[in-house]
Amino acid sequence: MGMKEELGEDFPGRIIPAGNGGNIVVTSLDAIVNWGRSNSLWPLYFGTSCCAIEMMQTGAAKHDWARFGMEVARPTPRQADVIVIAGTIVNKMAPVLRRLYDQMAEPKYVVAMGACAISGGPFFYNSYSVVKGADHVIPVDVYIPGCPPRPEALLDGMILLQKKIRGTNNKSKVNPIDGFDEGKS
Amino acid sequence: MKTEELIINPQGKTEEYFINMGPQHPATHGVLRLLLTLDGEIVRKVDADLGYIHRSIEKMTEFDTYRQIVHLTDRMDYLSAHMNNEAVCLAVEKGLQIEVSDRVKVIRTIMTELTRLSSHQLWWGVIGMDTGALTTFMYAFRDREMINDIFEETCGARLTMNYFVPGGLMWDIHPNFQKRVKDFIKHFKTKLPEYDTLLSDNVIFRKRTEGIGILSKEDAISFGVTGPGARASGVRCDLRKKHPYSAYDRVEFKEILGTKGDTFERYRVRILEMWESMHIIEQLIDNIPEGEILEKTKAVIKLPKGEFYQRVETARGEFGANIISDGKKSPYRMKFRSPGFSNLSVIDHLAKGWKVADLVAIMATFDFVIPDIDR
Repeated sequence: MGMKEELGEDFPGRIIPAGNGGNIVVTSLDAIVNWGRSNSLWPLYFGTSCCAIEMMQTGAAKHDWARFGMEVARPTPRQADVIVIAGTIVNKMAPVLRRLYDQMAEPKYVVAMGACAISGGPFFYNSYSVVKGADHVIPVDVYIPGCPPRPEALLDGMILLQKKIRGTNNKSKVNPIDGFDEGKS
Repeated sequence: MKTEELIINPQGKTEEYFINMGPQHPATHGVLRLLLTLDGEIVRKVDADLGYIHRSIEKMTEFDTYRQIVHLTDRMDYLSAHMNNEAVCLAVEKGLQIEVSDRVKVIRTIMTELTRLSSHQLWWGVIGMDTGALTTFMYAFRDREMINDIFEETCGARLTMNYFVPGGLMWDIHPNFQKRVKDFIKHFKTKLPEYDTLLSDNVIFRKRTEGIGILSKEDAISFGVTGPGARASGVRCDLRKKHPYSAYDRVEFKEILGTKGDTFERYRVRILEMWESMHIIEQLIDNIPEGEILEKTKAVIKLPKGEFYQRVETARGEFGANIISDGKKSPYRMKFRSPGFSNLSVIDHLAKGWKVADLVAIMATFDFVIPDIDR
């Protein structure tokens, strides 16, 4: 505002601050924080059906997602960073999923693994009890297609999530659940 | 009321209270919710609340053709995917009155036994985790990955194979199949004794399982328990022996029976079943007969009016598929009898009087797959 007064009221343009609004200290801090967050993603033990087996397979000897810092699977949402929705969400389970998500501490991320979590998958037609996509319940960051996806696909999805986290601007970051129920995010 | 009065009941009696186990709990193997009535740490009553993964599969079958129904069944008990597919295929073949070739029968038997092995391997890894040993998980999944590779090569998928179709198989086996299976059997024969040294002879594991959750033969029959859980109590319920289907009548194998019916006995039966499965595969893998892979059926199968039932032995018990047909391309009603549902009913009876940690061990030996219970 002060700049505008200096230039005078008749200045025709709009002043855009340089960069992304942060200075060199903030952006460097962002890089460090994001690096730390992306390399220690603790997933929640959340498997409802078949995809859970492939998720276990990814955590086990051959595929070993510990290489990317994701091995500390937590049974309680209060200690988890990312929730991998491995399996179908049905109407009875949807409030539970929402409660688990709400109990997680920020920053929190969601990965929809498999066709069921994306859109209902094989249970899209003629089923009276399946939620047609977990993104009706909670905001999803990464979608991994497959029925069930291979462990390599899950690893790829988790690496994509890491990339997304590394590009986050923590100053202007908004909580993805804000306005979600009103259809705004 | 003062705080002391709240904690110590003046009559010296303890009070029962409720606790929720699940639906989000690592020891319930999925989204099962158990309402426990506890007295201190002692379980007084277990109420199961189902439906957290009810996907209306039985209703969906009424809109699908018989070929499409098969793909829904491997999402029910995904660890015994081949067996579930087989039950539906055999029921449809019964209705069409077609007999598949010997080649199909033998390949189906090898595939189902491989599935049983991979299911028991996963169970062994998970029972270790439930009783507090994470190492078993890594060992079991190392060996399971070899079976998954075999399935992937022939069926094109690792978990939900959908390889059996009414009338035969989707396609022929991969040229590498026999070699790969033989390699796996050779490998696993050296690894299965390792399982024993790691867990079966472990003192802590023995103390947590021996003499706990004893199921008598009479109770096993009256609760409708099937599979290794019932065989550990001495019930002869192996359908592969009693009502042989596919190629089980031409192989020699023992029906593993236990006597004590406690948690460790159920564990032991499953370990010995793995040896028998390998024995069955060894007898069949070298002499797969030549023959047709797929019997000729109409593009859209229509069953005659009537009721067709077929049951098979999955890794956790008796699975049945009942088709009621009214002569159209989809069934009028289809009912699945899943082993997990009946096995779950006995948990309340078994866990009474034991501690919560024992309940986890008892549940682990029945090896529940929750989508199989809820369907």
